[in-house]
Amino acid sequence: MIRALTTKRPEMTPFLLLTPALITMLFVVALPLVFSLWTSLTPYQLTKPQTIYSFVGLRNYTRLLTDPGFWIPFGRTVLFLTIALNLEFAFGLGIALLINKITWGQRGLRTIMMFPMMFSPILVGFQFKFIFNDNIGILNNALQSLGLTDQAIPWLVDAKLAMFSLLFAEIWMSTSVFAILLLAGLFAMPRDPLEAAKVDGCNAFQTFRHITLPFLMPFAYIAMTIRSLDVARAYDIVKVMTGGGPAGRTELLWTMIARTGYENAKMGQANAMAYISTVLSILFTWYFYRKLIAARRFMGGVQ
Amino acid sequence: MAAITLEKVVKKYGALGVVHGIDLTIAHEEFVVLVGPSGCGKSTTLRMIAGLEDITGGLVKIGGQVVNDLPPRKRNISMVFQNYALYPHMNVRDNLGFGLKIAGQSPAEISKRVGEAAEILGLTPLLDRTPAELSGGQRQRVAMGRAIVRNPDAFLFDEPLSNLDAKLRGQMRAEIKKLHQKVRTTVVYVTHDQVEAMTLADRIVVMKDGHIEQVGTPMQVFNHPATTFVATFIGSPPMNLLPATISGGAVRLADGTAVPVPDRLTGHVRDGMAVLLGIRPDDISPVGHGLSQDGPGAEVALTVDLAEPLGMESLIYTRLAGQEVQAKLYGPRIVAPGEVLTFRLALDRAHLFDAATGKTVRAL
Repeated sequence: MIRALTTKRPEMTPFLLLTPALITMLFVVALPLVFSLWTSLTPYQLTKPQTIYSFVGLRNYTRLLTDPGFWIPFGRTVLFLTIALNLEFAFGLGIALLINKITWGQRGLRTIMMFPMMFSPILVGFQFKFIFNDNIGILNNALQSLGLTDQAIPWLVDAKLAMFSLLFAEIWMSTSVFAILLLAGLFAMPRDPLEAAKVDGCNAFQTFRHITLPFLMPFAYIAMTIRSLDVARAYDIVKVMTGGGPAGRTELLWTMIARTGYENAKMGQANAMAYISTVLSILFTWYFYRKLIAARRFMGGVQ
Repeated sequence: MAAITLEKVVKKYGALGVVHGIDLTIAHEEFVVLVGPSGCGKSTTLRMIAGLEDITGGLVKIGGQVVNDLPPRKRNISMVFQNYALYPHMNVRDNLGFGLKIAGQSPAEISKRVGEAAEILGLTPLLDRTPAELSGGQRQRVAMGRAIVRNPDAFLFDEPLSNLDAKLRGQMRAEIKKLHQKVRTTVVYVTHDQVEAMTLADRIVVMKDGHIEQVGTPMQVFNHPATTFVATFIGSPPMNLLPATISGGAVRLADGTAVPVPDRLTGHVRDGMAVLLGIRPDDISPVGHGLSQDGPGAEVALTVDLAEPLGMESLIYTRLAGQEVQAKLYGPRIVAPGEVLTFRLALDRAHLFDAATGKTVRAL
């Protein structure tokens, strides 16, 4: 039958060949998207399957738009992302510049640098949960042994310290994404413009500021695009270390979405949140992509 | 106002010596070309003058001041690199003005000087383009513009034309020459192309293996090569070198062919001396076809192995005393391989080199 189709209608062949891929895409991407979009328009609860048929229009969305309980974690996620990305960029740049200067043992260090990325985020969460634990944590233990403090600092209980601890874990785990990409940029950097800048009168800092950094920015924007998607869906570390607590003060978008959908059994509303957070991720990607394209427009002349 | 002086300058990478104590004085506003094969230390020497390489030993002076320990930015020199080394993220205007901006010049002054440089080099319509949007020749001009806006004490050129195609290279060569006439400044120019060296230089410095072989005007270097290396490096096709011994006032080649010792050298040779007879292809021509057939000479009958017609002239490969030599035939005549022709060697322009040292038997 297929042979008959391709011989009679040869223009159908490409579509025929694409069919397996299209079917896969349909089931893996399109159907879940449509399903979750639909449920975000219903008061769907996992325990009451019939709720999926009661259409409520945009009620879930309008409720969210006026609910500070949604917008505070939303804003917190944006803030968390901004701080994490900037610090990771700064640290990653520093590490990349240092490693780039090393002549002996560079390969080894590059490998070691990637270790944090090899761990599951859940395990990183547990690791830092125990480091930051106020009673038995190694950090408080060390601080007290050194006589720097005589109290147990509530790293994971105080709201601000808990955010700090989460940031610390996130940055510890993922700075190497920046470091690796920026190091790749430094390796690809032509030496001539640096020398030209030296002859043109630049000192070391000016050379870095005017030549090296602009060259590295496309690499930084790639890292930022990747990491903005990563951090915007931060879940595992937060879940393990603070569970969004104390009293919801470290709640980020996805811990809130999971709580709403599974614990509060409001899957419809959770899906509405998820759609809004997807828009946030798309906005970040779009923003960094635009920066990337602007920074790369000039790179055609490097040769 | 700057002369550049090198005194016993040495460069070593670890135990490996690259430049072995060279002495050179470059006068104010002089155009000096360092020429030599790859790895002869010419670029390293230039980079030591620029301050991009540490100087292992000796002194480099610019305008009388020792600059050994000064960073490039304090030497007031500018450099044009082989790969142009333009700043890819800046447009032409910013590329040209970058050095001035770093030097803290006012925007008005920068704009004026960039405008002037762009005018000299014909870059005015291109000021808003980025390097990616320029052709090779245009990039090269921007690189030169960047060098001249700063009004430096000296320009350093590091093989600036080697990335261009042959036609463009010829054009840019002429532009560099014109530029030097307009903007009189000391120039040190590195190339491996002897044509560039001959056409551009006030003085040529021929380098080999980290030593200077000869310093002189293009005509001195061409007409009176100090060593066999210079003789074969400058001039194309290279000078023929034939092993010979002096015997009875004649130069006797390996197969016994004897030609008289050139008149101007008669007092400088002694019997039994092992020499190399150097004679350019231009000075070996079939009788009746050479440009100049007068003056002292010797005639030999040789068999043509191969002829390469080049239009105005043909390059002829033949064998003299068992060794391949190249000769030139002027005028429109096709020569077939195997043909036997009587060649005339113009001995007044022949050279003798000491076979042991490679140094010329001097008659100057």
